[in-house]
Amino acid sequence: MILTSAAQRGELLERARTIAMVGASSNPLRPSYTVFSYLRRQPGYDVAPINPTIHDVDGVEAFPSLAAYAAQRGAPDVVDVFRRPAELVAVVNEAIAAGAKAIWFQYGVVNDEAIALADAAGLDVVVDRCMKVEHARFCGGLSMGGLNSGIITSRWRPATAATTREETQ
Amino acid sequence: MIQHEREFGFETRALHAGTPPDPATGSRAVPIYQTAAYVFGSTEQAAELFALRSYGHIYSRISNPTVAAFEERMASLEGGLGAVAFSSGLAAQLCIVLSVAQAGDHLVCTQNVYGGTVTQLSVTVRRMGIETTFVPVDDLDAVRNAVRPETKLIFVETIGNPSGVLADLRATADLAHACDVPLVVDNTFATPYLCRPIEHGADIVVHSATKFINGHGTTIGGVLVESGKFPWSNGRFPLLSEPSPGYHGKVFTETFGEYAFLMRARAEVLRDIGAQMSPMDAWLLLLGLETLALRIERHVSNASAIVAFLKTRPEVAWVREPALGSVFTFGLLGGRDAGRRFIDALELWSHLANVGDSKSLVIHPASTTHSQLSDGELQKAGVEPGSVRLSVGLEDVDDLIWDLDQALRTSAE
Repeated sequence: MILTSAAQRGELLERARTIAMVGASSNPLRPSYTVFSYLRRQPGYDVAPINPTIHDVDGVEAFPSLAAYAAQRGAPDVVDVFRRPAELVAVVNEAIAAGAKAIWFQYGVVNDEAIALADAAGLDVVVDRCMKVEHARFCGGLSMGGLNSGIITSRWRPATAATTREETQ
Repeated sequence: MIQHEREFGFETRALHAGTPPDPATGSRAVPIYQTAAYVFGSTEQAAELFALRSYGHIYSRISNPTVAAFEERMASLEGGLGAVAFSSGLAAQLCIVLSVAQAGDHLVCTQNVYGGTVTQLSVTVRRMGIETTFVPVDDLDAVRNAVRPETKLIFVETIGNPSGVLADLRATADLAHACDVPLVVDNTFATPYLCRPIEHGADIVVHSATKFINGHGTTIGGVLVESGKFPWSNGRFPLLSEPSPGYHGKVFTETFGEYAFLMRARAEVLRDIGAQMSPMDAWLLLLGLETLALRIERHVSNASAIVAFLKTRPEVAWVREPALGSVFTFGLLGGRDAGRRFIDALELWSHLANVGDSKSLVIHPASTTHSQLSDGELQKAGVEPGSVRLSVGLEDVDDLIWDLDQALRTSAE
């Protein structure tokens, strides 16, 4: 299913535990590094880089392929993709083979054939969105920067001393 | 986690957007976070914050929780991606200019705008090496002809101050986009309750929050809201799409995608010009926004009754009826001298240089707000020497009319 609403994306982020990031870069100036270093510091997530050309990202060892990841760690809950649109059909096929439950295409990572392929295989699909931004929407990060989270609520969601800094950073 | 998909209405968002109950205490009113700085959880977390890789507050010149609540509410009400607040409307405008332009660049601005804007662009910004061409708001050919290869934005006011001339936002936005530049709209006089320029194609909205947003004449403030839809990586905006020496070589459009402009406006320009909004001022502006819709409805109905009254008066030469809003001008048959006698005779209307207060306000633009302009510039701005500007407040309209009546009689004596 293609997840088009913020609420659907929030649900996916809440149930996800393991994230395999295809195309993660070890260069701190690249967007994928920024997203990786953010997600791996969020409680509840186990994030791994998938990139045959590098050793690690931000100190986390990289896997050469999704197949190598799945062989060691099992099926990932989400495959987060930073690759050129032309390569996405191959990435989707690898994600399906690895047993991924969802695939997330970052900003500008768009290929209609790949989207249809993932959708038909029963994966949850997010398109042209940033996983870091969407995570921050629900845990208060966007609101800290004066950004429109779309969140309207009068229910108190207390921050405990142990989690405040980590959950909202 | 919030799992509903309801799109809440304007008045609900005016009360709630940006202000869920305080996570630390459950406080229903937004707390005033009166702090200069924020403790880091660890050296590692501090490094992530400074590299703009994680969300959080570092220092209140750059962001503050109470100010962020105001910014998010403004972004919600204008239908934008996000907002950045400033110490004044002119500071917000300067930040927009400096976020996209540098020495050698060029801007296009309409003539029919606030005198302070004309002065800012034609004197202070020009001294920085950024030229502005002023054109009539209702002459789209002139706007198009003024655009040069180095033009970085087109600036208009939704409702010209004090001329009342309305900008054709859709047509101007289409023109701007055909020229690969953003349309910036000063929406101070309309407020997002009467007009949301982003819905009509604008890319950036700017406000003097001092006016209707505050609504009570207590606070100087400004805010910009950006749509997140403008393609800043189109090759015309190297400040956003080339490595920034102010941020370790970061390329804002690459790292932040649709958030590129908002991130640079805050993390580089606000950081470096230091014109931040204070938490107390943000709190007063949030309080003002809660009643924006109710106040504007009454401002507009009172203004319409006063226009009808003035049209019946023999002392009044003309009334420029507002197409939108509650600020308008009229002229006295007796010209400049009658205008002075009229203002000096008023008892209830406050004679001061502001608009958008709950109290009714009056001023003579030619000798005050627009006094820095030459006669030629005055004419271009749509200000006659004898025109009087009213900002109609929320008093009993009969009392406002009583006061106008006695002052008009005095002005004709």
